[in-house]
Amino acid sequence: MSMTQAGFAHEGAQETNYLQAKKGLMSWLYTVDHKRIGVMYLASVLSTFLLGGVMALLVRAELFTAGETIMGADTYNRVFTLHGLVMVFLFIIPAIPAAMGNFVLPLMLGAKDVAFPRLNLASFYVYCVGTVMALYAVVAGGVDTGWTFYTPYSASVNGPVVMMTMAAFVLGFSSIFTGLNFIVTVHKMRAPGLTWGRLPLMVWALYATSIIQVMATPVLGITLLLLAMERVLHVGIFDPAMGGDPVLFQHFFWFYSHPAVYIMILPGMGIMSELVTTFSRKTIFGYRAIALSSIAIAVISFLVWGHHMFVSGQSVYAGMIFSFLTFLVAIPSAIKVLNWTATLYKGSISLAAPMQWALQFLILFTIGGLTGIFLGTLGTDVHLHDTYFVVAHFHYVMVGGTVTAFVGGLHYWWPKMFGRMYNEKLATVSSILFFIGFNVTFFTQFVMGSQGMPRRYYNYVEKFQTLHQISTMGTWLIGAAFLLMAGYLIASLKSGAKAPANPWGARSLEWAIQSPPIEHNFHEIPTVQEGPYEYPTTVGPAKH
Amino acid sequence: MSIVKHQVGHHFFSGAQESSSAKLGMWLFLVTEVLLFSGLFVAYTVIKSTNPEMWAEASSHLDTTMGTINTIVLITSSFTVALAVRAAQTNKNGEKNGQLFWLLFVTILLAGAFLVVKYFEYSHKFHVGMLPGEAYFYDGIPHANAHRFFGVYFLMTGLHGIHVVIGMGVLTWVLVRARKGHFYEGYYTPVELGGLYWHLVDLIWIYLFPLLYLV
Amino acid sequence: MASSGSFWMPEQGSTIAADVDTLFDFIYYLNVIFFVLITAATIYFVVKYKRKSDDQLASSNVGHNTALEAAWTFVPLVLVIICFVWGFRVFLDQSVAPANALEVQVKAEKWKWNFQYSNGSQTLNELFAPAGRPVKLVMSSKDVLHSFFVPNFRIKSDVVPNRYTSVWFEAKEPGDYQIYCTEYCGTGHSSMLATVKVLPAEEFDKAMLKGEWPGQSGEGRDPVEWGKELYVSKTCNACHSVDGSRLVGPSFKGLFGKDEKMTDGATVKVDENYIRESIMDPNAKIVEGYAPAMPSFAGQLSDGQTDALIAYIKSLK
Ligand code: HEA
Ligand code: HEA
Ligand code: HEC
Ligand code: CUA
Ligand SMILES: [Cu+2]
Repeated sequence: MSMTQAGFAHEGAQETNYLQAKKGLMSWLYTVDHKRIGVMYLASVLSTFLLGGVMALLVRAELFTAGETIMGADTYNRVFTLHGLVMVFLFIIPAIPAAMGNFVLPLMLGAKDVAFPRLNLASFYVYCVGTVMALYAVVAGGVDTGWTFYTPYSASVNGPVVMMTMAAFVLGFSSIFTGLNFIVTVHKMRAPGLTWGRLPLMVWALYATSIIQVMATPVLGITLLLLAMERVLHVGIFDPAMGGDPVLFQHFFWFYSHPAVYIMILPGMGIMSELVTTFSRKTIFGYRAIALSSIAIAVISFLVWGHHMFVSGQSVYAGMIFSFLTFLVAIPSAIKVLNWTATLYKGSISLAAPMQWALQFLILFTIGGLTGIFLGTLGTDVHLHDTYFVVAHFHYVMVGGTVTAFVGGLHYWWPKMFGRMYNEKLATVSSILFFIGFNVTFFTQFVMGSQGMPRRYYNYVEKFQTLHQISTMGTWLIGAAFLLMAGYLIASLKSGAKAPANPWGARSLEWAIQSPPIEHNFHEIPTVQEGPYEYPTTVGPAKH
Repeated sequence: MSIVKHQVGHHFFSGAQESSSAKLGMWLFLVTEVLLFSGLFVAYTVIKSTNPEMWAEASSHLDTTMGTINTIVLITSSFTVALAVRAAQTNKNGEKNGQLFWLLFVTILLAGAFLVVKYFEYSHKFHVGMLPGEAYFYDGIPHANAHRFFGVYFLMTGLHGIHVVIGMGVLTWVLVRARKGHFYEGYYTPVELGGLYWHLVDLIWIYLFPLLYLV
Repeated sequence: MASSGSFWMPEQGSTIAADVDTLFDFIYYLNVIFFVLITAATIYFVVKYKRKSDDQLASSNVGHNTALEAAWTFVPLVLVIICFVWGFRVFLDQSVAPANALEVQVKAEKWKWNFQYSNGSQTLNELFAPAGRPVKLVMSSKDVLHSFFVPNFRIKSDVVPNRYTSVWFEAKEPGDYQIYCTEYCGTGHSSMLATVKVLPAEEFDKAMLKGEWPGQSGEGRDPVEWGKELYVSKTCNACHSVDGSRLVGPSFKGLFGKDEKMTDGATVKVDENYIRESIMDPNAKIVEGYAPAMPSFAGQLSDGQTDALIAYIKSLK
């Protein structure tokens, strides 16, 4: 296969890579290298994922039987709250942008680093501070408000709620720093010839994500600050006992947290575009549509928050508008899904590990997204709201979508990050185990949800027992899948085969340099002459 | 006086790329600041619309004179910081180092003056009990829920006050570097960004003043 | 009884349930069609175009197709607009109660539902309603958010402090229907259950006239048995265990006859009178080590019910 892109590495002598460039713990703690910061973030989010995952296993274990199985109601409420908080704020929001995006964004742009390397490191440390605060809140008794912190419950209940909200507040800053850095990097640090129309779709996705991070996170910040003030000073903004409006909090909260769900999915969609093209050896179908739909999602996502509040007592009229806008934001996602499917057409499809996860994404995210239609429709949401149907919906999009994309991306860039290949056979076993386990766990939840099983229930009526038990058994398969994955990935660090510069035959700039890259990425800033998906085909070069 | 030449960051091609990146970054940061305050403006609007009479009455108990003085103080400081940026931009061989230093110094002084006035305002309110939430004990406003007005008042002016303090810190850092001769016509990004930040702090006050004191 | 429900939906108990289900089915089949199309295409492509040799290239170079892309933007758009309009119309039917609806006041509180009827009577965790007539619930909360959900009726609404929200339903046939609290409200959230007891219209009218609801007097029942049921149906179980474990309140196990220390230092022997007082005026004496978190049940439990509860607590050795 010929490489026409300028600057592609020739397999040859390896130079000192970024992992070896400097030695010792201090060289990591003080690093401003985006790749090292990415790796530190990666280690952190994998740990928080494990923590959140263990909480999830405990939640499911408790629900194995009605009534008390392994813990009491108060403990259960703390565990599921923590599961949600950890997964959302400590894992999924930083997972793709801060861990993987940090590593690949400058490489994809042909840049030596992000625009503000020190801000990047600051973001990581702010993240650490937020994490420590959150863990402190856990040790100090935990909070049982649900990840949504709804008032007046959160304003009145005992426990370290202020500490937990301040943790989320601090974590928000870390997210803002990353987003701000990425926007400036994409605008200002592109290599010569790398026009907007030649950017990898991962970059477009990270750019759109960053817009949301910068625009929405401050609102969460002020919301949490107000909640903390409400608890400390009883200022009477949310607390009805002090003349406040409890439903106002929900508007504030969802104004951030709905866009936040797109902070979670957009980078995953970016990874999808990379995986589908690379493993089909084919240009992406509908580049412009995918790029622009990311931006469309980012913009419209600010206008739909009220769909979480259809039965909160807001006016029928508001419900109507939010329902309508919700459907508008579904269309750009639909466009992407269909474009990825079309990209497979007449490709040269490899089923390497990353692609297995990409195909899972396609199927699972479609289910998650389509079930969002039931929820966006007013007449059906009234019945489904706050039942396990919603729980299943968001696990299909967040786990079936974002987590599979994250895992796919991890397997895709792993050789680039660490210079090692992993065991493909075990990877296949793990992905199949996950696929089965996931569907067993969460498909059952759609059924019990529409049958009326409310969420955040420690206890349940007899008729749901069978479904709950099947669901819990599914999680054991998920757990096994991740355990296996952890095993072969860690093993690869020690004994994996050396990775070539471009193991997958991909076309974007990060594959043009050695694996792992040198400290400053490129000896010479490359000049870009073509788009990132210009694969040669049997019928000539890609047509746009 | 002399100047110290600035080193462009290793990952940039040029000083122009570096300074335009820094500026874009600053503007984005200012957007986040505006959005942070926007949440408070929403809370303001909601509470005002639910208790309009209480609001009007409570608002008239604020000290408009002090508010006006502070507005003038901040507008003046915006002007001096703008002059400071101008001085840095036209600083050729270090001949404007001194001017730059004094302009920044006056700006910081004005910021301090603002805080002093605020201190007198706050301590009066603490004294008579115009306080947020349960701490409220003032009996001069014949409306229920007047504590909600003061909740919003203290949150908004308090958050703004914190920004004034941060702004003073930033400007002091710029001042120290100016003293060392770091800024000249070829490099004045920190002065410019510090100035932008200070303008934002002023601008927020320009909204707070009429909304809280005059409505 | 009506149909016993489908794979997805529980039995239809109210007049609007069928409309909701038709809408649900429409979206469901729409989704199935799209899902099957996408999955089938994916699997077909993966199988057909699977890479057979390492250097195999793709056999198409198409980067886009405006007509196709326009089609798959436009078709889903039209479909979701249908969902939207249809969903809104069903929602209006769910939201706007008929003018002649019978009103019942609902007070939600951690963790119980109190229903007040126009004849002045009250019931706890049991909502009595006539079959074939619309009923409108005017709801408000005493503490935090709760939410009133009856799956069989396909209705739900949050219950908010300092504000009134409402739902309505017209039950098709007599029977018992489960009520859930679906807004997280703390420890007892999943115990905050209640039942809609739909009576034939004439029976309902009679009960309204008498101001006495069926099953409230417990005539001819074994008090311990009945008390055991009430312990769950009146949500004492949200705060009191019967196995000795500590919840929000002290366990009932071995409670009767015990000497309890109060926060004010006094010691009280647990007898019938003390238990009755604890239920009707819980803040009169607070057990040491516990918060005064128990709501009063005065006016919400009949004498018979209180006696049954006491008998039940007595039986827990
Ligand atoms: C990654 C996160 C993520 C993503 C991407 C989405 C995507 C969507 N979500 Fe989801 N959602 C959550 C995370 C997410 N959601 C979370 C966390 C909650 C609950 C929070 C809580 O309460 O704790 C939630 C809750 C939630 C609700 C509130 C439910 C309730 O509480 O009552 C609603 C209501 O409208 C909704 C709708 C949607 C819609 C319409 C989409 C759309 O964007 C989906 C678009 C995708 C598709 C439509 C599929 C692909 C398209 C095709 C296959 C083509 C054919 C398409 C058509 C015919 C339309 N979501
Ligand atoms: C990103 C977000 C995310 C993720 C990934 C998950 C993952 C999972 N979630 Fe969770 N969930 C939420 C976000 C998420 N969840 C949120 C926001 C809520 C709402 C909370 C609320 O109501 O307030 C919720 C609520 C929620 C509930 C409802 C609780 C209730 O309402 O009472 C349930 C119940 O089944 C559940 C289950 C699970 C399960 C089984 C998984 C599994 O997929 C988890 C599997 C993971 C593991 C088993 C970890 C294994 C990891 C390792 C072994 C390390 C691997 C290391 C390497 C690969 C190197 N979740
Ligand atoms: C919201 C929680 C809650 C609910 C619901 C509740 N209780 Fe209690 N109960 C408490 C708490 C807390 C205490 C201890 C503090 C006190 O003495 O008031 C208590 C104390 C008691 C006591 C005294 C126990 C002792 O050890 O002396 C009795 C008897 C009692 N409750 C009976 C009942 C009955 C019967 C019901 C249901 C009809 C009920 N409670 C429902 C919270 C609750
Ligand atoms: Cu009441 Cu949940
Ligand atoms: Cu949403």
